[in-house]
Amino acid sequence: MTAAATAGGLPGGPSAAPPSPATPTAKRPAKRVLPGFRLTLGFTLFYLALIVLIPLSALVFKTFTLSWEQFVSAVSSPRVIASYQLTFGASFLAAVVNAVFGLLVAWVLVRYQFPGKKIIDALVDLPFALPTAVAGISLTALLASNGWVGSVLEPYGITLAFNRNGVVIALIFIGLPFVVRTVQPVLEDAEKELEEAATCLGATRWQTFRYVIFPTIAPALLTGFAMAFARGVGEYGSVIFIAGNMPMLSEITPLIIIGKLEQYDYAGATAVATVMLLASFFMLLVINALQSWQRKRSGA
Amino acid sequence: MSNTRTIRRAKAGTTEPAWVKWTLIGIALAFIFLFLVLPLAAVFTEALRKGADAFLEAFKEPDAWSAIRLTLITAAIAVPLNLVFGVAAAWAIAKYEFRGKAFLTTLVDLPFSVSPVVAGLIYVLMFGAHGWFGPWLQAHDIKIVFAVPGIVLATIFVTFPFIARELIPLMQAQGTDEEQAAQVLGASGWQTFWHVTLPNIKWGLIYGVILCNARAMGEFGAVSVVSGHIRGQTNTMPLHVEILYNEYQSVAAFAIASLLALLALVTLVIKSFVEWQFERDQKAAAELPPERPLA
Repeated sequence: MTAAATAGGLPGGPSAAPPSPATPTAKRPAKRVLPGFRLTLGFTLFYLALIVLIPLSALVFKTFTLSWEQFVSAVSSPRVIASYQLTFGASFLAAVVNAVFGLLVAWVLVRYQFPGKKIIDALVDLPFALPTAVAGISLTALLASNGWVGSVLEPYGITLAFNRNGVVIALIFIGLPFVVRTVQPVLEDAEKELEEAATCLGATRWQTFRYVIFPTIAPALLTGFAMAFARGVGEYGSVIFIAGNMPMLSEITPLIIIGKLEQYDYAGATAVATVMLLASFFMLLVINALQSWQRKRSGA
Repeated sequence: MSNTRTIRRAKAGTTEPAWVKWTLIGIALAFIFLFLVLPLAAVFTEALRKGADAFLEAFKEPDAWSAIRLTLITAAIAVPLNLVFGVAAAWAIAKYEFRGKAFLTTLVDLPFSVSPVVAGLIYVLMFGAHGWFGPWLQAHDIKIVFAVPGIVLATIFVTFPFIARELIPLMQAQGTDEEQAAQVLGASGWQTFWHVTLPNIKWGLIYGVILCNARAMGEFGAVSVVSGHIRGQTNTMPLHVEILYNEYQSVAAFAIASLLALLALVTLVIKSFVEWQFERDQKAAAELPPERPLA
């Protein structure tokens, strides 16, 4: 029904570019033959501005109403600095773990046959589909001292819930699919002939992996790493249940924003949010650059 | 002799020894089990910890039903709007060349990289009591933030790119040949879209819609900022889970959570089915005899 509604708008084009067989349509440049350019681009820009650009600019304008001193004191108080360290540090650690194990999972899924492979492959996307709050309370139940995993680890003095470890665990869960799903297709397309050639030239299997396979998948691996990291930095739902949320210790930056909002400190919340927004712009640029590098690699 | 040895060696060179293979599979499965299977299983066991009656008790609460209703309403508004946008954006970006196209594509992806909490905050800054339109909205007695419209807006923001980013690469790969052929044969724009483009993109479309829907129903951070947490009024299912959990009603919290986990499982099943269908279509298309050039 909705697709029909969209499409219903598309014929707005034909009046602008009548594709009547009588006129020499075929001689015109191909890009203008199809109708609906103005309508679809116009709607795209309108919706983008309404939902994304204007609200985001509200954040920027609000930030500019702060004086420089206000801004600096809001974004660099010790508690906020501690939250940056935790948010970026835990996201980095989780992304590293995901890069290693994500590569391994992608490798196993592409190269080997084993029972239950299809189910595992489908299950990799669970963190995309499972609401973050559900993941949060579930991981907490597992890792708390009376949970399945927590009760096993407790005698060894390892506690993973209600501290910084919990933040890293939650972010590993959230970021897991990114590396697998970026590396998997590249590994599937990798030419086996190159590996055979390397072996014929006397390379060991490890050398083949290190010098032939790894350079092929490195851009995808880095892209997946950056995506998992970026997702981790912004993550809120899964983390707050398991982190314990102790100021200076296990309080993530998004929670600082929420805390400031609950105290009606809109200026402070906006300032910290601007720092996070700049960080996400930066990461978006990095990911875009990595992706175009990856395309060049696979194109060459 | 030496030739067969080389071949055997080349074959051995593209696989690992069995012990390496099974060790790698073992580690991968252990990782998947610890990080994916256990959390999923924990949701259902925690929900049923005190038996089926306690589990069902959670659904007798009117607040639970109003949360379920609000979640469904939110998804029912956000998903169709993003579907319309996704199709329009993919049509404009994939079928035409224009300046700033790469930049526009990046902007479409932007909401993915913004923290959900920041996504919620921007709507508070727009429509909250101290926001841009706050005074005007108050004067006209319209509530957006801490009410349903704010929840819907925040959900639209976080699910904004899902359908567009599935369709753009798909439609770019398909090019415009078939649509141009339809146009030359006298089809209207509407007919071209409905009979030529839509059948080609249907699996990508369904794929985007189910992922968009899963996120729309499960969004927590952004919705949490704009909701105001009014029980029975502005609580979605994930927010209701949080409230129950923080009130130490663990079984009830996990009961509602198990419903969301079921939604996630259904999403994964449909997604796998769509991928399977898509691959089948691709294979069938590849087996067709080569097209004769249109002259």
